[in-house]
Amino acid sequence: MPGIMTKILEVEDLEVAFRIGPAFGIGQRKELLGVAGVGFDLDPGKTFALVGESGSGKTTLARAVNGLQAISAGRIVFDGQRIDDLDARRMKPLRLRMSMMFQDPVGSLSPRMKVGDLVTEAYRIHGIDVDFRAETERLLSLVGLSMDVTDRFPHQLSGGQARRVGVARAIALNPELIIADEPTAGLDVSIQGEVLNLLNDLRERLGLAMIIITHNLHVVRHVADRMAVMYLGRFVEIGPTDEIFSAPAHPYTAALLSANPEPDPDRAKDRIALPAEVPSLLHRPEGCEFHTRCPWARQDCGDEIPEAVIVGQRRVACRFPLERGERPPADSPTDPPTK
Amino acid sequence: MGALGIALVVLMVAGAIFADLLSLYEPDRISPRDRFSAPSMEHFLGTDHLGRDLFARVLHGGRIALSVALSSILISLIIGVALGLVAGYGPRRLDNLMLLLLDSIKSFPTVMLALALVTLFGPSLTVVMVVVVLVTMPGYARIIRTQTLALKESEFVTAAISLGAGTPRILRVHIMPNVIGPLLILASMDIPVVIAIEAGMSFLGLGVRPPTPSWGAILNDGYAAIRESPWIVVAGGLPIIITTLGFTFLGETLRDVFDPRLDTRR
Amino acid sequence: MSLPTVNLLTIRDLNVRFATERGELHALRDVGLDIGKERIVGIVGESGCGKSTLINAILGLLANNGRIDGGRILFNGRDLTRLDPKSMQALRGIEIATVFQDPMGALNPVISVGRQMRNIQYRSSLRNKEKDARSVAMLQRVRIPDAKQALHRFPHEFSGGMKQRIAIAMALMMEPALLIADEPTTALDATLEVATIDLLKDLQAGIGCSVLFISHHLGVIAELCDEVVVMYAGEVVERGSTSQVFNHPNHPYTARLLECDPARQAKRTRLLPTIPGEIPDLRHRPPGCIFASRCADHRSACQAPPPEIEVDNGHFARCIHARHHDENSRSRRP
Repeated sequence: MPGIMTKILEVEDLEVAFRIGPAFGIGQRKELLGVAGVGFDLDPGKTFALVGESGSGKTTLARAVNGLQAISAGRIVFDGQRIDDLDARRMKPLRLRMSMMFQDPVGSLSPRMKVGDLVTEAYRIHGIDVDFRAETERLLSLVGLSMDVTDRFPHQLSGGQARRVGVARAIALNPELIIADEPTAGLDVSIQGEVLNLLNDLRERLGLAMIIITHNLHVVRHVADRMAVMYLGRFVEIGPTDEIFSAPAHPYTAALLSANPEPDPDRAKDRIALPAEVPSLLHRPEGCEFHTRCPWARQDCGDEIPEAVIVGQRRVACRFPLERGERPPADSPTDPPTK
Repeated sequence: MGALGIALVVLMVAGAIFADLLSLYEPDRISPRDRFSAPSMEHFLGTDHLGRDLFARVLHGGRIALSVALSSILISLIIGVALGLVAGYGPRRLDNLMLLLLDSIKSFPTVMLALALVTLFGPSLTVVMVVVVLVTMPGYARIIRTQTLALKESEFVTAAISLGAGTPRILRVHIMPNVIGPLLILASMDIPVVIAIEAGMSFLGLGVRPPTPSWGAILNDGYAAIRESPWIVVAGGLPIIITTLGFTFLGETLRDVFDPRLDTRR
Repeated sequence: MSLPTVNLLTIRDLNVRFATERGELHALRDVGLDIGKERIVGIVGESGCGKSTLINAILGLLANNGRIDGGRILFNGRDLTRLDPKSMQALRGIEIATVFQDPMGALNPVISVGRQMRNIQYRSSLRNKEKDARSVAMLQRVRIPDAKQALHRFPHEFSGGMKQRIAIAMALMMEPALLIADEPTTALDATLEVATIDLLKDLQAGIGCSVLFISHHLGVIAELCDEVVVMYAGEVVERGSTSQVFNHPNHPYTARLLECDPARQAKRTRLLPTIPGEIPDLRHRPPGCIFASRCADHRSACQAPPPEIEVDNGHFARCIHARHHDENSRSRRP
């Protein structure tokens, strides 16, 4: 390992392929890449955000890292140990050290289990003998819930409460890495902050590393040290969050950042509009996969796949990375933007 | 309606359990002098062609009917749930194999199946039970399979896997409790069907062997004398009707009890 | 702003109650708002604020256990609370159209888009060919590529963003006076969301209808709406023009809600603001200010129902702390 600190997670050239068809013998067997070769690493105690729109492969990537999704190529190394080829039995001890939070706050809780049992389920699974009541109390108080909820079923909780129970379950075994898939999805704005503060606080107190998957860029800015923007299963830009926010270098990142409606009616909206049709994973565009929607696309962008270039501390998959604040050319070759 | 259902079921079960205490006569004591007596204070439901007390026979017949129904449904449930879980959660190939097996069993007509088994093994209670299990089990297995398939991909199951839970735990703790409710409702509604199957087979002489009392056998005995002594058919039919209503009402009530999400408390 | 606009929809003192097993739930209390002709009015609020109940009340689609307990909903001068079900039905889809969060709610999965759009025009005396031509024109307006071909396709053949556009096209087919859009962009990705907002804006201007736009997303409201109504626990706590409400929030709930949006934090922060506490149980609605239990500024005077104070021209807040604009800027509390 180079450097003094061991990486908690290293992902190299990861691919996840899905097979489609044939149905009833009709149609061809096709393969599509949900994640098409990505790599990143994570230091202990740091937060990494995966950003992208639906279908960009961010959830698939997270599930692959957590061993819930078989990979077709690449390596996943957790704390120096390769984990992508482990079977369920050999993966089990690692589940003590790595946990995942799922998108649906209520739906990820078993509907016929009470909160008390849900929170301590990890101990039961791993046969760890503890005082369940005391542990329940400790975990619930860590996530800011009172013992009143222990006898409730998931459907009797509010979204925010259910999300806290999910957090309590995830931190029960003192993991070193938490993967949080859309931790603020389905929550009201006034609750979102609570959950993010809680995660941040726990991260600091327990020294957790975190991967946060989200489509909400504003969330990323406040919680993540580093981030990657995904498009069609690949990273188009990866680097320190501050750098990306202050000067996005990939056109897609720039468009995504500008597409964020902000609650300020007076703010000038110099939006970068994109044509609405997202290419299908079954028919990936030739060359740069974003060129079909890119307002900056040039004649030859569809000819060759761009090599990642280094901009500051970032890697950007674009042959012509943007300057800070660069606007699209007036005669952009894509569809006329809205308005 | 639930209370009525429970009352009727309790009535039948109590009658069967305490049959010896409640009846004044032995169920198969033949008394040629009392042949075809109409209902009276002495014989509450009258007597049959052999002078046997019908009240005693109905109560003791209840024992047979209920024990056959409950035990065969229970066996059917255990096998059905096990097969259903394996088919729903296991690999695709196993699922296809199971479906083929279940569908072949199910596609066999009940009457033919019963006749075939009786021809092979002779009429007996065991044959009745085997028929019941074969008739009901595929349906149970299918329900469990379908629901398991749906839950397999649900987020809470994935969440449990990511905590390290193994397949036995997933099935026992996370899937079973969520699929068993509807099945129990169905099973309780199936009990009268089973009683009817037992009665029907006994009526045809394919079930319990005489002189063992059975509701179906009573009906059969009464059928020959339906014009002269209709009370025999009534004595055989009434308990079947009561039991059917009782378990059906009970099933309806269970439906409300079993789904905590229908609970409006919050 | 100072121009006297004619209102298309005026709601005054609207109360809605639901009978539940554990007592009566007072879902909407004294709700009042105005939608001017050709205006886009946004309703913003979090879960449980009564947005959906309000829409259903306007559309005459309250659940069986719900009832309107006083108040008026004036649409083009007619009181919808007194309208018989048949006239109400005639109004829906023709004069008042709706678009929902899930476009599949409006689209029939087994009927082609073209046929569905033809069906909407069942009252028109046009021939099918002319109806189809109108459908194509409408699909083009919502920027569906290959509109003519699209008529023969089925809803599932379109992406989520396209389906929502088709739903919008169908809603606006009859050129309604009022479009109610209930979280129409919530299920869409950010780039599609902004495109859909722009589209709605263009269509509204083109058709000249009014829009009631419901969202929990403050950014979307700020961008799209002329006026905004803030709801909390079944009450309108603040309303006014978008710039009035967003720039000078006068109700503490509005102010806190705006603070909570991570997008409002100019600087990166580790501790995001929140609103502690929960919405009160609407079965036992407190008689006074509905926000008092979560308000940092609550006084004993808050135990009485707060007045709706006009703090600026057309800008109202239901809070005893609300001050008229000039006053407010002079003596701003710390």
